[in-house]
Amino acid sequence: MKDASDTTIRGGVHQSVPHDSAVLHVTGQADYTDDLPEPVGTLHACLGLSQIAHGRIRSMDLDPVRAAPGVVGVLTAADLPGHNDVSPQGRGDDPILADGVVQFWGQPVFAVIAETRDQARRAAALARIDYDPLPHLLDPIAARDGGAGYVTPPLTLTRGDADAALAAAPRRIDGRFAIGGQDHFYLEGQIALAIPGERDEIALHVSTQHPTEVQHMVAHALGVPAAAVVVTVRRMGGGFGGKETQMNLFACVAAIAAKRWRRAVKLRPDRDDDMTATGKRHDFVVDYSVGFDDDGRILGVTGDYYARCGFSADLSGPVTDRALFHGDNAYFYPAVRLRSHPIKTNTVSNTAFRGFGGPQGVITAERMIEDIAYALDRDPLDVRRANLYRDGDLTPYHQPVEDMILPRLLDELEASSDYRRRRQAVLDWNARMQAGDGPIRRGIALTPVKFGISFTATHFNQAGALVHVYADGSIHLNHGGCEMGQGLHVKVAQVVADAFQVDLGLVHVTRTATDKVPNTSATAASTGTDLNGMAALDACGQIRARLVAFACAAKGLTPDQVRFADGCVHMGGESMRWSEFIETAYLARVHLSAAGFYRTPKIHWDRTTGRGRPFYYFAYGAAVTEVSVDTLSGEYVIERADILHDAGRSLNPAIDIGQIEGGYVQGVGWLTSEELWWDAQGRLRTHAPSTYKIPLAGDRPRVFNVARADWSENREMTIKRSKAVGEPPFMLGISAFQAIGMAVASVANYRENPRLDAPATPERVLMAVERLRR
Amino acid sequence: MLTFLLNDDEIRLTECGASDTLLDFLRIGRRLTGTKEGCAEGDCGACTVLLGRLHEGRLVYEPVNACIRFLASCHGCHVVTVEQLRDPDGGLHAVQRAMVDHHASQCGFCTPGFVMALYGLWMTDPAADVTAIETALQGNLCRCTGYAPIVRAAQAVLAAGGQAGDRIERDRAAVTARLAAMQGARVEVARDGADRAILPADVDDLAAVLDDHPDATIVAGATDVGLWVTKALRPIAPAVFIGHLDGLKRIEVGGDHIRIGAGVTYTEAVPLIEAEFPEVSDYWHRIGGWQVRNMGTIGGNIANGSPIGETPPLMIALGARLVLRRGALRRELPLEDFFIAYGQQDIRPGEFVETIVLPRRGDARVAAYKISKRRSADISAVAAAFRIEVAGGVITAARVAFGGMAGTPRRAPAAEAALTGAPFSAASFAAAGAAVLDDFQPLDDWRASAAYRRAIARNFFRRLWLEQAGGDQPVRLARAAGD
Repeated sequence: MKDASDTTIRGGVHQSVPHDSAVLHVTGQADYTDDLPEPVGTLHACLGLSQIAHGRIRSMDLDPVRAAPGVVGVLTAADLPGHNDVSPQGRGDDPILADGVVQFWGQPVFAVIAETRDQARRAAALARIDYDPLPHLLDPIAARDGGAGYVTPPLTLTRGDADAALAAAPRRIDGRFAIGGQDHFYLEGQIALAIPGERDEIALHVSTQHPTEVQHMVAHALGVPAAAVVVTVRRMGGGFGGKETQMNLFACVAAIAAKRWRRAVKLRPDRDDDMTATGKRHDFVVDYSVGFDDDGRILGVTGDYYARCGFSADLSGPVTDRALFHGDNAYFYPAVRLRSHPIKTNTVSNTAFRGFGGPQGVITAERMIEDIAYALDRDPLDVRRANLYRDGDLTPYHQPVEDMILPRLLDELEASSDYRRRRQAVLDWNARMQAGDGPIRRGIALTPVKFGISFTATHFNQAGALVHVYADGSIHLNHGGCEMGQGLHVKVAQVVADAFQVDLGLVHVTRTATDKVPNTSATAASTGTDLNGMAALDACGQIRARLVAFACAAKGLTPDQVRFADGCVHMGGESMRWSEFIETAYLARVHLSAAGFYRTPKIHWDRTTGRGRPFYYFAYGAAVTEVSVDTLSGEYVIERADILHDAGRSLNPAIDIGQIEGGYVQGVGWLTSEELWWDAQGRLRTHAPSTYKIPLAGDRPRVFNVARADWSENREMTIKRSKAVGEPPFMLGISAFQAIGMAVASVANYRENPRLDAPATPERVLMAVERLRR
Repeated sequence: MLTFLLNDDEIRLTECGASDTLLDFLRIGRRLTGTKEGCAEGDCGACTVLLGRLHEGRLVYEPVNACIRFLASCHGCHVVTVEQLRDPDGGLHAVQRAMVDHHASQCGFCTPGFVMALYGLWMTDPAADVTAIETALQGNLCRCTGYAPIVRAAQAVLAAGGQAGDRIERDRAAVTARLAAMQGARVEVARDGADRAILPADVDDLAAVLDDHPDATIVAGATDVGLWVTKALRPIAPAVFIGHLDGLKRIEVGGDHIRIGAGVTYTEAVPLIEAEFPEVSDYWHRIGGWQVRNMGTIGGNIANGSPIGETPPLMIALGARLVLRRGALRRELPLEDFFIAYGQQDIRPGEFVETIVLPRRGDARVAAYKISKRRSADISAVAAAFRIEVAGGVITAARVAFGGMAGTPRRAPAAEAALTGAPFSAASFAAAGAAVLDDFQPLDDWRASAAYRRAIARNFFRRLWLEQAGGDQPVRLARAAGD
C-alpha cells in the first residue's frame, strides 16, 4: 500500500515496474496474432517453396494442388494484382512469389489457399515443379570469386592513410575471420491475418516490427493507396529484427488472397518453412590488417568485410554499413580504411538482427586486439585500455566521440569481477593442467562494447504518438513503436504517467496501428523508447499546456502556480484529484487529446563522403566471462559472467537488466551453439530447433552478476536521460567467445591466438586444440 | 469413444483421427490459446501442458509437448493447461506470481510453457536444486530473457512450497477415480471413418491387434512419430497406441537380469539408471528435454532404428537382448543384431518390441558419453557406451558401442579387441582409441564433420582411461555451483 506521506506516483520513470503484459503472459491470456478469434470462414494459406538453390522454372504443375481436399485456390506470380516486390529499399529485387527464376532453396514459388491450415500444407506438398538448374554460389568468398557481384552499393570509410600507417608500423598482423550468421528464432513465428473490407480496404493483423512498411507493401501488392490498408499489432512473440522486413511477404500473400476470395486469410508458416524462407543475421568473412607498436597501440587498420547477403538487397546495405560503423568498436584507429562488400549469394536474403551488422564489426575489432595481445604476450585488457577512444577522437566516419565512459566502467568492472586475480588463477590452473596433461582448461576475457544509437538512415529517426485523456481521467496511449517483449510499452507508459504525475495504472497501452499513428519507423535500432517516449512526452506536454492554461484561467493563477504531483493537480493553495480535475476540464471544453511528434536532433550522414554524425550518442558496456573447456571433446561451459552496462538514467531498471541478461545469452548463442549449415546443394539443414540450437537454461552462466552503470547519464537530451538498451548488450557475449579462445590457446602455452571462427562449436574448438597440439 | 479430462471438463469424442494432435484440439477445437505452437516438433516447449495419467493405479502428472502428443493417446488422462492454473478467484498461482515478481517474461510467448514445466517441477520435486531446475527446463526455449530470471523465479517458488494446498493435490482422489472409470477396454476411434486409431486394452490385446493389422504404425511416446505427422505429413493410420499399457511399463530387477518393458519412458527409467548405472545418469538426463523424456520410451528409441538414438549404444554396450513378440510367439536376439542397416531392422510384420533384457552389471565398469553442439536436448553427433571388466590388472572383457558413427548403432570390434586381454593401462586405451578409427567411416553432416566424429571417438578412450584411472585432475566439465 502507498504510504500517505509518499508523494511519488506508482510506476513513474526510473522505477522497476513489471512488463505491462506480465500477468497476461503467465496466465496465457496475452493474445498473439494466432490467438485472435478468426472471422467466420477464415481461409488458410501455405507457401510452396523452391527445392533448388538457383534455376529457371521449366514447368509448374499445380493441378494436384488445386485438386487437393479443401483447396480454394492457388496463387503464382502471374496471379498477383500489383507489384510483385517486397524490397524494403524499393529495388524490385525481392519478389513475393518467384517469377521464372528461383534464386535460393526455399524461395516461395506459389501459395495455396484452403479451408484449413492442415489442408493447405498437405496440398502444397503435391506441387510438381521442374527446374533448369543454374550454377549456385553459397558463401561470400566463393561468390566474390565467381563474380556474383553486389546486391547493393558498397561503402568505404576512410580516415588518414591506412596503407602508409600499416607500412610504417613496427608490427603488422594480417588475418581472416569467418563469422557465422544467426537465425532469430523468435518463439512466435511469422504470421499474418488479412481481413478484406469494402471497396479497396483491407485490415491486417501481423506479427511485425514495422506496421507502416507492411501497410505500404500491401498497398503496392494490391495496387491500392496506403490509406486503404490498416495494419495492427498488439504484441509479437519476439522479433529481434526478424520482423522488420521479413513479414512483408506473408502479409502480402494473405492480403492478396483475402481480396481475391473475399474471405479472411491467415498465413502462418510451419517453423521449418519460416526458418528456410526468411532472412537471418549476415555471415561475414573479414580480411583485416592491423599495424601496431610494441606497446600494443594501434597505428593503422584496414578491413574488407564480405557479407553473405543472399539473393536480394533487403536491408543488406545498412547492415553492411553498420558493420563498418562498428569496425572500431571502442578503439581509436589513427589511420583506417574499412570497405564493405555486400555480396550476392544463392541463399535466403539476410536481414536485420539485433545489432544489425554491428556485432560482426565489433567482434572483428576484438579479434584484432586479441591478435595484438597474443603477439606481445600481454593481457588483452591492457591492449584494450591502450587503444580506447578519448573524447574528441574521430571515428572512421569522422564523428567525434564525446561521451566516452569506458575507462571508469572498465575500472569498476575489473574490480567488481576481480578480473586480474581470476585471470592469474586461470593461468595457474592451465599451467597445472598442462603439466599433468589434464583435459579441462579455463579461459577468461573482458570485452567492452561501444554502440552507436540512431538509425543510420537519418529520416527514420522520427516518431509519433497519440494520447487521449478521457473524461474519467483514464489515459489512452498509442505510439508508433511495437512491443516484442522489450518492455517498450511499459516504458513509454511510465513516461506518460510521469508527465501527468498519475499512477501507471491509469495509463492504458493500446495496440500499434497504422490508422492511429501514421508514417512510423520500424521498432528497431534500439530506438523504440528514445523516439516514441519523446513523441508521447510531446503529446502529454500539449495536453498539459492546455490543462495549465485552463487552471490559470479558472483560478486566476500564473502557470508556475499549477503543479502536477502525486496524482493531483495543485493550483495555488488548492488541490484536486486528477480525475476530478480532468472532469472539470472536460466540462470546460478543454481539448484532451494530442498527437505528439519527435525527430532526433543533431544527426546527419553523407554516405557518399563517408562523413557525418550518424549517431546521436553511444551506449557502452563490458563483460567478463570465464569458461571451462574440455580439450578432449571441445565442449565448454560458462562458469561465470560479470556485466556492467550503461543504460543511462534507466527508465525501468528491471526491464533494462532483462535486456542485458537476455542480450548477453543471445550473443553467446550466436558465437557458440547456433550454426547455420548449408549442404552443397544450397539447402539449409539447420532449420528447426531440432537442428538449430539456441541456448538453454543450463547454458546461462550460473554465476551471473549483472549491473547497470547507474551513475551514467546520457549527455544528450534523450528521454529522461536514459540510453537505448536493446542491441548493445548482445555484443557482451563476445567475452565468452574470447574466453573459449584463451582456454584453447593454453594447450600451446598461448604461443598463438587460436583464431577460432564463429560460432565456436565444440567441433571448431576441438579442431583448434588438435591443430595447436600438432 | 475417446474420453479424457481437460481441466475440469470431461471430454467425450466419437470423432478423432489417429493424427489429430492435442495442441490443435486445444487451440482450434477448444480455443484454449494459452498453449502455444512454437515448433511443432517437441523442441521448444511453448506447447507444454501437464498430463495426468494412471500408472499402476497411481495418478502421475508430467509435462508433455502438446504439439506432438496425439489426441487419441490422451484417452483416460487428465490434460491440464495454463488456463487451469489461475485460482477461481482470479489470483495468480504461486508459480505465475513468482514469474511476474522476477520479471521472467519478456515477449511472453514461451511463458505459458515455462509456467507449466515449472508447475510440474514444483509439484513433483519440491526440493529441486539449481541443477534439477535446469534439467527440468531443458525442453523449454526462451529467446528473450537469457533464463536467469526464470531460474530465479523457480528457486523462489520452490523455496515457498505450498504444494499440499494446490488444486491438483486437493482433487487427486476424485480425478484418480474419474480416470480409473475410463480404463479397461480397447478403444477405437477414427475421423470420417478414416485415420483410425486403436488403443489396445492390454499387452495381449496389443498382440491381437497387431496380428489383425500387421502394417499398423505403433505409437508409444510419439516423440518421433509425432514429427512424421507434423513435419512430413505422413499418414500413420491405422495407428496402435501403446503408451498407456502398464504391461509394457514394468521394470523387473532379478538376480542375474533386469527386464525393462518396451514402454518404459526415459523418466520412468531414471530410478533404475541411478541405482544400477549411476555413471550414466548424466548421459541419460541429456536425452531430449524433460517433456520428451516423459513421453519417449526405451522401446521406441530402439524400434525406430535411428542411427543417432541414444538408448541403443548404451543398451548394446550393457549387453542387452531384445524380446520381440508376435501373437503368443516371442523371440530374443542380441540388440546389436536388431539393427541390420540404415532404416532396416530385424522386425517382422505384426511383431513388436516387448522387453529389453539387461544382464546385471556385476563389477563391470560402465561409462556413456555423448557429444552434441548444445550440451542438453540436442541429438548427439557421437554417442558411445562402454562396459569393461578388469581383473588382476587386465581387461578381461570389453563391450563398446557407438551411435552417430555409422548407418546403425553398432559395436566397435577393433576397439573391443584392442582392449580385451590388454593390461589396464593408458597405453591400452590409447591403442583402442587408435583402433576405433578402423571400426567406422562416419559421414559429414550438420551435426559434425567426419573428422570431428573420428577425433572424439578416439578421445573418448582417453577420457575413459582418465576417469577409470581416477587421477586427481578433473576429467569432465562440472559447473560452478552458482546461485
